[in-house]
Amino acid sequence: MLDMPTIWAVIIAVALLAYVILDGFDLGIGILFPLGRDRDERDTMMNSVAPVWDGNETWLVLGGAGLFAAFPLAYSILLTAFYAPVIAMLLALVLRGVAFEFRFRTRRRESRNYWDWSFIGGSAVAAFSQGVMVGAFVQGVAVENGVYAGGWFDWLTPFTVLCGVSLMVGYALLGACWLVIKTEGPLQRRMRNLQLPLGAAVVLLILLVSFGTVLENDAVRDRWFSFGSLWFLWVVPLLTLLLAAAYFFAVRADMEVVPFLLALGLFVASFAGLAVSLYPYLIPPDITYREAANADDSLTFMLVGAVFLMPIILGYTVYSYWIFRGKLRLGEGYH
Amino acid sequence: MEALDPIFLARVQFAFTISFHIIFPAFTIGLASYLAVLEGLWLATGRPVYMQLYRFWLMPFAIAFAMGVVSGIVMSYQFGTNWGPFAEKTAPVLGPLLAYEVLTAFFLEAGFLGVMLFGINRVGPKLHFVATLFVAVGTLISAFWILSANSWMQTPAAYLVEDGRYVPESWIGVIFNPSFPYRFLHMTLAAYLTTAFVVGAVGAWHLLRNRQNQPARVMFAMAVGMAAVVAPTQLVVGDLHGLNTLEHQPAKVAAMEGHFQTQTGAPLILFGLPDMEAGETRHEIGIPKLGSLILGHSLDAEIVGLDAFPRDEWPHVPTVFWSFRVMVGIGLLMIAFGAVGVVQAFRRRLFDAPWYLRWAVLMGPIGFVALLAGWFVTEVGRQPWVVFGLMRTADAASPIGAPGVATSLLGFIVVYLLIFTAGTAYMIRLMAHSPEMPSDEAVEEGPIRTAGIMPGPAQDHQHQHHHHH
Ligand code: HDD
Ligand code: HEM
Ligand code: HEM
Repeated sequence: MLDMPTIWAVIIAVALLAYVILDGFDLGIGILFPLGRDRDERDTMMNSVAPVWDGNETWLVLGGAGLFAAFPLAYSILLTAFYAPVIAMLLALVLRGVAFEFRFRTRRRESRNYWDWSFIGGSAVAAFSQGVMVGAFVQGVAVENGVYAGGWFDWLTPFTVLCGVSLMVGYALLGACWLVIKTEGPLQRRMRNLQLPLGAAVVLLILLVSFGTVLENDAVRDRWFSFGSLWFLWVVPLLTLLLAAAYFFAVRADMEVVPFLLALGLFVASFAGLAVSLYPYLIPPDITYREAANADDSLTFMLVGAVFLMPIILGYTVYSYWIFRGKLRLGEGYH
Repeated sequence: MEALDPIFLARVQFAFTISFHIIFPAFTIGLASYLAVLEGLWLATGRPVYMQLYRFWLMPFAIAFAMGVVSGIVMSYQFGTNWGPFAEKTAPVLGPLLAYEVLTAFFLEAGFLGVMLFGINRVGPKLHFVATLFVAVGTLISAFWILSANSWMQTPAAYLVEDGRYVPESWIGVIFNPSFPYRFLHMTLAAYLTTAFVVGAVGAWHLLRNRQNQPARVMFAMAVGMAAVVAPTQLVVGDLHGLNTLEHQPAKVAAMEGHFQTQTGAPLILFGLPDMEAGETRHEIGIPKLGSLILGHSLDAEIVGLDAFPRDEWPHVPTVFWSFRVMVGIGLLMIAFGAVGVVQAFRRRLFDAPWYLRWAVLMGPIGFVALLAGWFVTEVGRQPWVVFGLMRTADAASPIGAPGVATSLLGFIVVYLLIFTAGTAYMIRLMAHSPEMPSDEAVEEGPIRTAGIMPGPAQDHQHQHHHHH
């Protein structure tokens, strides 16, 4: 049961979840960037993630390299099937990543505005493309003889667009909650005011996407609704509901840190819902993670390293968040 | 429409994106080590000039690093988007190498980069030095793994074929495949040389304006010292690298040398026009028998020419031939520069001769040219194979149509040219500002990254800025 492919499926899932959670608020800040009223506010917003964004994106690299290393068939088929959104995401991440440095190096206001917009647009497009890919993944991918056999625009449907929009809104929620923790004054007040509407939108979108998933994918429908289905799965939606209720309560109570954690909880629960819906398929509808797995020997070799290195990585990641903890004050001197 | 062959486009896209990418890692590998040395010297001697230099180079470093990261993320997905069949067949061998690169290098670099750039106020000088050191070591570890992967593609070893996939037989054999030690050493030295020449050019530029500029003197002297030691070393390492290639990829060496015919007592061809149609190098200017001496260690050694290989296993000879000459030419120029520098230093005229300083300025970007030329020798010389002798490039590409690849290629070209222009302009502007000045003025109202160590005017400036509001 607990064979190498299963262990690696868990590791990759955790890496992707870590990416969504960590880079999520970071991209969300990009999406909310237009709400920064003046230069100082925008500086503050960007400064709140500048020391950690690179580390956050490294989880995406781990997701990519890990997929290549652990499930090469999935790596090769999924990335080919989602060619356009993958390339769009990569280009968007390029434009957004350099903005962290470039916008502070400009002299003229126009050029700064330019990089502001590359940060905003890049974050938005990256988030949207990621959502589209999740949707296209749920829909399923046409495969014949181990190669992608679908059309060019299979990834583009109303459902995938809905997923794209949902992820943008979800990231914006994380971004707003993060800024409530990291800032003060008018900027913080504005972000607080966003917490209720964004939270409501996210809950609504989670519902819509869940229904969409059930409609799109027969196997998922059977799993959740057929007679004799696995009733204990319903823990996940129930938990989501509880988390949502707690979130609204915490926002009402003007808490700073708790809403952020609960919003992350919503992401974890949605991710878990997706995982239990699709298990054991890695290239829905037909190919399981075992069929897509790399040679056992390669997986074992990597596991040795992962077991040893992951705790160290987590250790210094936490350490660097710890170093940069606390509120950002204007003119503190780092960006 | 034939020019729009999707495989050709995918190759152009790969070559374009990786050539863009490697420029920045090469510079950050060199600069990270340089910054670690500077901070270490500062801690050891307490001389402020080292901290001045540290601050001066930290910001160009941050820009180069950001560009390396974003272009690197692209690379890690491109095997899947455009080279799916390749990815699938080689994953048992290459996958773990890349995964280890992420686990041992990228996280380390990213985790401590934040501390290095922004954390000086929060962690204190000693810990900050540790962060710098970790980032520097991280860049070298990253080079280790990725070059191991690339070298395995050049000289595959220690594998078995199972279900059409290449499966490792021994990890030590895979990682330390025959060409890896040479490539790792050669590339690391290339990164150091490239960086040294940029540092030297910047130092020289400021010295031309003011011979007494203390930080400029220090960085110029350090750069000349590096050139004097590392450039000749690179010649030796490169020569060994070539002999190793001769053993494993003789067709590549034949293309580098422009040898179409197998012959004894082969000349060393300096220049000529390789003509693949005719199967000869026209108008060649060469030194008789020297080719045999260098490659075969005897004046009459037999040197294999391209005629020993089927036509469809020839690389594109002119590209390999010329790229090789560009690289070696620049290498010799670097050796000359270092040697002249040593002489100047003995005459105590290192900082005074304007012609030498101008020469140094001109040499600034030259390392990047050699670096790319070197990679073109290696990669084009490996063709038509993607995994040498095992898998042809033509069988490695994903089934993406030409319009799809053409569009993405266009996207990369537009975006990369844009950020390259902007990034280079910002870096040059930072470097053009005298290192004697507080660095905040170089960036106008930008953030002060190391204010904790050298407060002074930096902090006042910040305060003023925020009092406006
Ligand atoms: C000799 C060195 C070398 C070579 C040949 C390559 N790289 Fe690289 N790469 C580095 C040396 C490096 C580096 C110095 O470690 C970088 C530069 C900035 C950084 O963060 O690390 C980097 C960054 C970097 C990143 C971003 C890491 C992060 O998020 O921090 C990725 C994903 C890759 N590279 C992937 C690749 C791939 C797939 C390559 C080849 C096909 C490649 N690199 C060639
Ligand atoms: C970093 C510097 C590098 C540069 C500048 C570079 C350059 C190139 C060039 C010019 C080509 C096209 C050759 C042709 O099609 O004629 C190419 C192809 C390729 N290289 Fe590299 N390369 C680099 C490193 C690497 C590394 C480290 C790897 C693997 C780990 C790699 C893997 C490939 C692959 C998969 C192709 C595509 C297939 C092919 O055309 O052979 N390269 N590269
Ligand atoms: C001075 C004499 C030099 C010699 C004899 C030399 C020799 C070589 C050879 C034979 C190769 C091809 C190896 C292969 O494909 O198997 C190579 C590749 C390369 N060279 Fe040089 N080289 C010299 C100088 C330089 C310099 C000055 C630089 C850069 C600053 C440089 C950077 C590179 C790079 C980046 C590669 C590709 C990576 C690799 O295969 O190592 N070389 N060199």
